[in-house]
Amino acid sequence: MTADPAILLIKDVRYRWPGRTTFDIDIPDFSIVEGESVLLLGESGSGKSTLLSLICGTITAQSGSIIVSGTDIAALSPGQRDGFRAEQIGLIFQQFNLLPYASVMDNILLPLRFAPSRRARVPSPGETVRHLCRDLGLPEDIVAAQAGTLSVGQQQRVAAARALIGAPPLIIADEPTSALDAATQATFLKLLFAQAEVNGSTILMVSHDARLAEHFDRCVQMTDIVTSQQAAA
Amino acid sequence: MIFRLAFGSLVARALTVVMTILAIALSVALFLGVEKVRTGAKASFADTISGTDLIVGARSGSVQLLLYSVFRIGNATNNLTWESYQDIAGRPEVDWIVPISLGDSHRQFRVMGTSKAFFDRYKYRSGQSLAVENGAIMDDLFDAVIGADVAATLNYKVDDPIVVAHGLASFIEHEDQPFRVSGVLEKTGTPVDRTVIVSLEAIEAIHVDWNSGARIPGQSTPAEMIRQMELEPKAVTAALVGVKSRLQVFGLQRAINEYPEEPLLAILPGVALQELWQIVGIAETALVAVSGMVVVTALIGMMAMIFSSLNERRREMAILRAMGATPLTIVGLLVLEAALMAAIGALMGLALLYLSLIVAQPAVDAAFGLWLPIDAPSTRELWVLLGVVAAGAIVSMIPAFRAYRMSLADGMMVRI
Repeated sequence: MTADPAILLIKDVRYRWPGRTTFDIDIPDFSIVEGESVLLLGESGSGKSTLLSLICGTITAQSGSIIVSGTDIAALSPGQRDGFRAEQIGLIFQQFNLLPYASVMDNILLPLRFAPSRRARVPSPGETVRHLCRDLGLPEDIVAAQAGTLSVGQQQRVAAARALIGAPPLIIADEPTSALDAATQATFLKLLFAQAEVNGSTILMVSHDARLAEHFDRCVQMTDIVTSQQAAA
Repeated sequence: MIFRLAFGSLVARALTVVMTILAIALSVALFLGVEKVRTGAKASFADTISGTDLIVGARSGSVQLLLYSVFRIGNATNNLTWESYQDIAGRPEVDWIVPISLGDSHRQFRVMGTSKAFFDRYKYRSGQSLAVENGAIMDDLFDAVIGADVAATLNYKVDDPIVVAHGLASFIEHEDQPFRVSGVLEKTGTPVDRTVIVSLEAIEAIHVDWNSGARIPGQSTPAEMIRQMELEPKAVTAALVGVKSRLQVFGLQRAINEYPEEPLLAILPGVALQELWQIVGIAETALVAVSGMVVVTALIGMMAMIFSSLNERRREMAILRAMGATPLTIVGLLVLEAALMAAIGALMGLALLYLSLIVAQPAVDAAFGLWLPIDAPSTRELWVLLGVVAAGAIVSMIPAFRAYRMSLADGMMVRI
């Protein structure tokens, strides 16, 4: 633990999917400090996505606490959790990140629709979207294009722009580079980190690819933080 | 933005959405079309006679009297004697009176004996008067004026001869007293189009050699002799009456209904029409119900379409949830989409209706005498359209509730 304030603090969290008899995930202690970039490595089925859902508040732990930006997610109502997620967390998925029928502009502006404070930080949305696209190596005129017409690499950059807009304190990425080739992976991460640094955002990325570790401040194995009863069961 | 997303999502599923909207549009057009025909038929019936305050005939039912005297449907059970007719004509409240004598026919068309006043007093479709398209109204005893449909069906023109048959379904003709077509009336869209009009005296003239509904054997009075005869009728079928003041209508009606010399019936055409609508109301309601069910079926089809699209849209819902959308936002999005489809369908249905009306109006008028007005949508029609949109939103709540549960279970992860 460093002296910097923790952006994410997980303590004694246990979660069991409905219908299961054993806990799928059991995390005694895990934290990330502000401005840090952390790579969480784990094999398929190790509980990475479940952990992300817990942090984002779309599912709630049976016990323990998850504190994001000083707020205990469990203490919020479901509606408050949705609003909190929109305000505090920028999300990038593995693939199929965008609404294919909507324009790039609408896709990037989507989280602002649900996050008034984030929206307030973006006085000129159209201009900000164009800047973000340019900074992420996308042509400015791409904003009018339909998201479904973009290449996978372009879609991931648009997803990054969407996660970054309005400067949320925490960016969570779920294997965003798995569909990209090695060269594009490096470029994507470089651009993502540069923008996150400008915004002062913390990055938590989950992946099964240990080669990405060199890009991050810290690399954590899922097995180091999670005690899975499933394996023991 | 949510509206734009909803619209974009619909466009992305264009084929199924267009099919659904088309089904709604057709059902709405059918429903509104049935309404138009229903109200048009009512208006056409109501427009068949205007400006007549009372119809007088022998005592029977008010609807029966209306039907046989104005619409030439059915027959009179009895006649109104000429003395009674003259008594009524002489009453101070009466402004004008027109006799109607029915009973004979020409081919499939009724022959009506009346006075020349009929052409001045009979009004239809908001006070329009009869007009002669070719020729003139009766001048000679054996002149006949024919309606537009009679002329068109039988290909008659002015000066053509007409032989009237005795009764309505008889092969016995008054061949010794043929008529001449003196005029052809303009199309009215009323039963007048399907009527052969002769003078009241002419009806007497062709029955000079008849007694109790049968020809007197061996008797054949020459036409010239008939012309010299006093051809005052003994009875008429009915009479159309106009009063000097509307305030006197009910008083005169009561007086005629209590007429001591003969059992008579005086009816107000509007009231009798209302009674008629009550009688046909069940069929009318059934027709509206069937067309309403077609709309419901189309909306259920839309619900099925939304249901079937839910699974393929789980990813889309997961993205929205990840961005901070609540499950209720997802529900709202689906309901908004459904309302949009229903609204587009309803407006397309309205457009389809007007297009059909523009195309079919002259043909329907010519074929059935049914005038379907092309007016701005009525308040009732606007409520129907609004109802369709609301019903669309309501039925979509069932799949939306399923989407709500799915998005709660899926969160940001879709296990498909």
